[in-house]
Amino acid sequence: MNNVMIDTGNYIAAKAAVMTQPDVVAAYPITPQTTLVEGIAKYHETGEFKGEYICVESEHSAMAACIGASATGVRTFTGTSSHGLLLMHEMLHWAALARLPVIMCNINRVVGPGWNIWADENDSISQRDTGWIQFYCSSNQEIFDTIIQSFKLGEHEKVSLPVMINYNAFILSHTSMPVHIPTQKEINDFLPKRKPLWNLDINNPITFGNIILPPEYEKVRKEMQESQENAKKLIKEISKEWKNKFGRYHGDLLELYECEDAEYILLSMGAIGAESKVAINNLRKKGLKIGLARVRTFRPFPKEEILKISKNSDLIVIDRNISIGMEGALFSEIKASLYGKSDSKVYGFISGLGGKDVTFQDIEKMCEKVINGKANDLEWYGLEGV
Amino acid sequence: MAIKEIPTEEYYLPGSAACPGCPATMALRIVFKAIGKKMIMIVPACCTAVIESLHPNTSFNIPTMNIAFEAAAAGASGVEAALRKQGKDDITVVAWAGDGGTYDIGIQALSGALERNTNFIYICYNNQIYSNTGIQRSGATPKYAAWTTTTVGGKTEYRKEMGEIIQAHHIPYAAQACISYPEDLYKKIKKAKEIKGPKYIEIMAPCPPGWRFGMEKTVEMGTLSVETGAWALYEYENDEIKFNGISKLLLEEKINPKPIEDWIKFQGRFRHLFIPKKDVKKLKEIQDHTNLIWKRYRKCYL
Amino acid sequence: MKKYNVKTTISYPMKGATGKTGNWRVFRPILNKEKCVKCLRCWIFCPEATVIRKDDDSIDIDYDYCKGCGICANVCKIKAITMKREGIEK
Repeated sequence: MNNVMIDTGNYIAAKAAVMTQPDVVAAYPITPQTTLVEGIAKYHETGEFKGEYICVESEHSAMAACIGASATGVRTFTGTSSHGLLLMHEMLHWAALARLPVIMCNINRVVGPGWNIWADENDSISQRDTGWIQFYCSSNQEIFDTIIQSFKLGEHEKVSLPVMINYNAFILSHTSMPVHIPTQKEINDFLPKRKPLWNLDINNPITFGNIILPPEYEKVRKEMQESQENAKKLIKEISKEWKNKFGRYHGDLLELYECEDAEYILLSMGAIGAESKVAINNLRKKGLKIGLARVRTFRPFPKEEILKISKNSDLIVIDRNISIGMEGALFSEIKASLYGKSDSKVYGFISGLGGKDVTFQDIEKMCEKVINGKANDLEWYGLEGV
Repeated sequence: MAIKEIPTEEYYLPGSAACPGCPATMALRIVFKAIGKKMIMIVPACCTAVIESLHPNTSFNIPTMNIAFEAAAAGASGVEAALRKQGKDDITVVAWAGDGGTYDIGIQALSGALERNTNFIYICYNNQIYSNTGIQRSGATPKYAAWTTTTVGGKTEYRKEMGEIIQAHHIPYAAQACISYPEDLYKKIKKAKEIKGPKYIEIMAPCPPGWRFGMEKTVEMGTLSVETGAWALYEYENDEIKFNGISKLLLEEKINPKPIEDWIKFQGRFRHLFIPKKDVKKLKEIQDHTNLIWKRYRKCYL
Repeated sequence: MKKYNVKTTISYPMKGATGKTGNWRVFRPILNKEKCVKCLRCWIFCPEATVIRKDDDSIDIDYDYCKGCGICANVCKIKAITMKREGIEK
């Protein structure tokens, strides 16, 4: 029934973005995002993408242009990575505070110096507090499905926030996998046209973003928080709707795998999440009661769901990022979610920084270290020469 | 044209947060009149973000979007593309920025938008200073003008010639105007509105608190900037420069410019060139530099 | 005017968005209608749009919002507008 496309994460993302029929795409090239924007440019040339494509002169301008376009009420999309995302930082806040649902792919890449283009999640983790919804994908199919779903989520009147779809450099961005592509009609039926909550309109001449006093600004922040809470509910509904329509389900806020009787649950994100499933299968074969909760959304953070799975299990967390001076960001958030409500132990590993491979064997070793009672609270896994 | 021909419609509403004697609101009134209500304005950080007044009210009856300091031209690019996609081609997109947001932090986005042939009007109201942040030097501040973080001697470098940087983009229309010549400004904005592609207009906007002169003298300071040759009125169209008004007469040497001293002596920012003792050497240096610029103008544009 | 139901910094146009800015005034522009030749220089140069141009090109001053900068008096070539200190004389 479905068309199968075998291609890299970036080309799959380009296909998904074009199928949402955005009105404006503004982007600037950065490795490893380049093939994504090249893909969109190709669709623009063939006429499959009918929107406007602005080749801006920087990522800062890419986000500013998306904000300008989105403020007129239309659908916008962009993609970036690493330093590009960091250059956008100011405008990420701007988009979220303006409640404009710009949708963006970020290909998780190491932050320099020195120059390094491999996978690492510190780029997007450091954008945690901008107000953006953040997804982390573990397969090309999930990239496709999440992009379409993100438009529905971000543009929903109860959310109206920008969404960042993250996936690991090269491991997904440049790796081909077969992906089921629904028909354009099926996507149109699933994804309604955007109805903006506000827009620049010559018949309703409002001013957006002038000086605002503290009590009113605080209310803006509170409503953003409430919208992220609304998103939690909607992510579940939208994933379920997608499952019913297309038969595919990657989880909602979390993807749970072999968790029912688990004494230990591993939590990870992105490509490590996919590799973790192999590790769980092998550990299960050894008779260990272990499951996986792959964290799909870092914002909104699934704190209630994590508290729930911690009831009968200790937690093992792998972070491909570090908040220098503290610990892995996912590790911190998970402990905060449990504080005062759970007696579960939480073990954190930092692994795969700078794009170092994290294989299923590595993941098995980390889990066994915990299960054998040999792990400290925070471990750097596989640090060479230490 | 006569002042009488300028429309009575006002899209700037009285009772804003602008300083008394503000050149920006003076210019905005003309811009609004020339373009009319079918416009969308993008404003980066600058005095105008304050002039709009406090949320939930605004003094502008034109849809306006504030954007980050360096992002006016990029934000406008997005608005323009989205309007084009929606078939709303009759709406004029205007980026309205100060000299800081144009000469300095915003030059990259501006250059990009011009190079991409964005159909919009970029207007820089140039008060030669970062006024909104409390009067610091910008790339547009003239040599020896004092600012709040300077030593008493004032700026040690000459200002950029932004107009010439703009010309290097070979856009269909650019112009320099001044708040003291409203008919000229009105005509230039009107003309820009009718041309497709990127347009750049820079308006000399003498700022009473920034330059330290009496608030009733805004228009006078503008006139003197043109009469002394500190500022030039011209149009750039299809790669040709045409000076206009007094600047044309100065270019053709039909009149002599007033000494630059006549302009700067009223401005507190140059006070250290007169008190305690007239600094003849520095005044001469400013005059010589102005003469040199005009010599080059004559060589290039006459 | 349509009001948008979302909490972000959206502001709606109004006269006196910063209040009755006429309170800022130290000097008050006084127009001598006899002298006025309707050249409209005061109208076009007023930074606050508080010089009101009427149908016959005669003018009025909106004292509720006039900030008293004195530009109108300064640009008037025939001195039909004079600035008087507020509170001393009408």
